[in-house]
Amino acid sequence: MQPTASDASSTPAREFLAGATAIAPAVIAMVPFALILGQQAAAKGLSPLEMLAMSSIVFAGSSQFLAVSLWSFPAPVAALALAALLINLRHVLMGASLAGKVGHFPKWMRVVGPYFMADETWAVVERRALATRLTPAYYFGAALTLFGCWQIGTVLGTFLGALIDDPVRLGFDFAFPAIFISLALGFWKGARQTGPVMVAAAVVAVAVHAVVPGAWYVVAGALAGIAAAVITTPHEAVTP
Amino acid sequence: MTIDPWNLAAILAMGVLTYLTRITGFLIADRLPKSGPVRVALNALPPAVLTAVVAPAVLSGPAEAITAAVTLFAAFRLPLLLVVVIAVVLVATLRQILGG
Repeated sequence: MQPTASDASSTPAREFLAGATAIAPAVIAMVPFALILGQQAAAKGLSPLEMLAMSSIVFAGSSQFLAVSLWSFPAPVAALALAALLINLRHVLMGASLAGKVGHFPKWMRVVGPYFMADETWAVVERRALATRLTPAYYFGAALTLFGCWQIGTVLGTFLGALIDDPVRLGFDFAFPAIFISLALGFWKGARQTGPVMVAAAVVAVAVHAVVPGAWYVVAGALAGIAAAVITTPHEAVTP
Repeated sequence: MTIDPWNLAAILAMGVLTYLTRITGFLIADRLPKSGPVRVALNALPPAVLTAVVAPAVLSGPAEAITAAVTLFAAFRLPLLLVVVIAVVLVATLRQILGG
């Protein structure tokens, strides 16, 4: 825990706004994909209300895309649930890392907060926790902004039909790597400490992505990266 | 504007399992040691996850690799939103030129 001078001057409203501002680039990048997801769901025969139910109850973009592509009638419940579980396993690692930064949140927030932990929100609040103590208002400012816009975007997409152009052709798919590259810079602690982590994560992620279908490459790459950190860190240098 | 019961069942099953993946990390973190190799691993986790997510997309073609290099450079000095705009425009342009 490292309380800083900025804690005294920042009100919850200001923190909430700071969180919402930090997530804004990700929200803007997400809009075309939300619209496309809604459009594809409608093409599969899902109603706007069902889209809203999925976006609010599941709230996980990549697993929702996969689910919609797998959807049939009657819904293959077990296959859809298993696919969601496998794609979202990375959340376990992300949550374990974030837990130490939300230990001072009230208990109900530590139960409700993870419900809204999307990749983009997680990356933004981890980055914030590097600079200052993470507040609940900042966390929920980022999380609820993304959540709300995801609901609006995906439901709107079910009405827009085929009006949307291909987001990959327009380059929108690369907005997410760009955001994650920018955020990753903040975690750079020198070539000796962070270099092996990033190299191992990149090599294993690319290799697994090439041969294993689905989202396993994220979990495999992340595990390789943290293994590299443990191997290359001298024992006496271990400090929180 | 209806919800088919099978669709709702699938959505609820997906939602329950997805929430379990989200809460599990927070629940087990309390039982993890505060120092030593486990702490080193958790500290390394954010850059490891971000790199793992990004690497296959970055190395999927020359347009993506060039754009990633420019993004890295731009991210040192420009605000995030501007970096994203540059990356999106550049990758779309390079894909047109390089036929990616």
